[in-house]
Amino acid sequence: MGTMSRKSLVTLFVLAALAILPPIFLWAGNAFYLDLATRLVILAIAAVSLNLILGYGGMASFGHAAFIGIGAYAVGIPAYHNTYGEFDLVASYNGMFQIFLAVGITAVFALITGVICLRTKGVYFIMITMAFAQMVFFMFVSLEVYGGDDGLVIDTRSEFPLINLDNPLHLYFLSFGSLVAAMLIVRTITRSQFGMVLQGSMGNDERLVSLGYNTFAYKLTAYVISGAMCGYAGALLGNFTTFISPEMMGWTRSGELMFMVILGGAGSTIGPVIGSALFVLVEELFSSYTIYWHLPFGIMLLAVVLFLRRGLLGVISGSGKNEGH
Amino acid sequence: MQPLLKISGLMKSFGGVNATDDVNLEVKKQELHAIIGPNGAGKTTLISQLCGTLKPDAGTIEFEGRNITTIPAYKRAGLGITRSFQITSLLLAMPVLNNVALAVQARDSHSFRFIRAAHKISRIRDAALAALEQVGLQNRASDNTATLSHGEHRQLEIAVALASNAQLMLLDEPMAGLGPNESEKMIELLRELKGTHTILLIEHDMDAVFALADRISVLVYGKIIATGTPDEIRSNDAVRHAYLGEE
Repeated sequence: MGTMSRKSLVTLFVLAALAILPPIFLWAGNAFYLDLATRLVILAIAAVSLNLILGYGGMASFGHAAFIGIGAYAVGIPAYHNTYGEFDLVASYNGMFQIFLAVGITAVFALITGVICLRTKGVYFIMITMAFAQMVFFMFVSLEVYGGDDGLVIDTRSEFPLINLDNPLHLYFLSFGSLVAAMLIVRTITRSQFGMVLQGSMGNDERLVSLGYNTFAYKLTAYVISGAMCGYAGALLGNFTTFISPEMMGWTRSGELMFMVILGGAGSTIGPVIGSALFVLVEELFSSYTIYWHLPFGIMLLAVVLFLRRGLLGVISGSGKNEGH
Repeated sequence: MQPLLKISGLMKSFGGVNATDDVNLEVKKQELHAIIGPNGAGKTTLISQLCGTLKPDAGTIEFEGRNITTIPAYKRAGLGITRSFQITSLLLAMPVLNNVALAVQARDSHSFRFIRAAHKISRIRDAALAALEQVGLQNRASDNTATLSHGEHRQLEIAVALASNAQLMLLDEPMAGLGPNESEKMIELLRELKGTHTILLIEHDMDAVFALADRISVLVYGKIIATGTPDEIRSNDAVRHAYLGEE
């Protein structure tokens, strides 16, 4: 009970800090830190989505960056055509439409690739998810219309009623609100009957099958939910950077997402958020001193994997050695 | 009366080894049918084919008169076949109750339910607690499964099988690794289940088998060499020769 309330306290503390600090930075004239926070929060949504399958379903997807990329292009391509003509079917600045596209296409992509990927386990699953992501990567590299590997500038951000994404504060709070929603969705799902089956299949798939569960269908559903959520994060990221390129979906980005989840603590709601916060902040800090800023990351990850089974959250909430629920 | 389970001409070989060699077997409703045999006789291979995780090379498996030979494993559970595992295969990272609750949830209906917290559904919780009580683990419900003793794990295996409300329980060596006291408890438990459940018991512990079984089949090198009541098996020459090791 003690660890549970401590975990909730950590969650509240992190969310409160994310709600209060960035606007203060902006008003204090440090717009840069608001930018940093926006990037952090958007990546956190992607990490939360990966955590649903990695932390609760044991599926180590090494291809989640593809969903980010597809989500971002689902904003960029309609905007591009609305500006330069052609392909009237999708040409639009409408944010609702773009997000519908981002979520819809990533869900379908997750469904199709998931059917194939989930026939495998362990290392093979990692490799095949990565292979699919690389396919998407090279597809966008070869799409000369949208800039190929030079990328595409989004000159008009998604348009929504009431909010204006050109206002950094609006964009930040849309992203922050989305993060809270994503966390609530994952929290609810993982505590539901569906979540029990998902976690059961992570613990012992054969047992769940012998109980009568078609675990493939459950894992596939989780994979689709996770992919769609990550696609949504991609749509936000496109609006944030206003420049999209295949680099967004390189395998290193997939690795970074996995890193955030494991660093913060897989299988908890707030863990991936802590992981992405640390990732973004440390990256910012070290990359201003040295181009070898990946090195401290490597050491950090090694330390976490070797010594902290539940990630950093485990240390903070004192449940490092337990499978706290 | 139509047997609950009917196996005809079942064959399975791995390379050149016939792990299941023309097995014919009938399990009647409400009986406790034991399968004994020396190590490597193909007992677990047989169970795996019955619950669908292994595909037989030839032969048929009928359950309640229905041919289930090619039905996938997860659907067989829905028809009413459940198994326990020889090597404890529980969800060690979860609380004890969840292991049983997942079994209840499986027979309840589909679990594509995303909103309501599972532990708040009293129908499932109560049924799971009842199964735990039946095996004497009610006080351990909220403990972490990994912290239970080996004997308690075996009991929990039975609770999971019970909670799945199966018509046919395939119990793969429930006594494996139990001390004398724990074995005694387990025999008592199986005696209680007998009569209300149809059980196909695979077991090495001869005392347990002869104390519990209505009928016994002897499996040697993938073949069933005899089937009969405990008394018949005890006095069967082929069995004594091949298995009990008497001259």
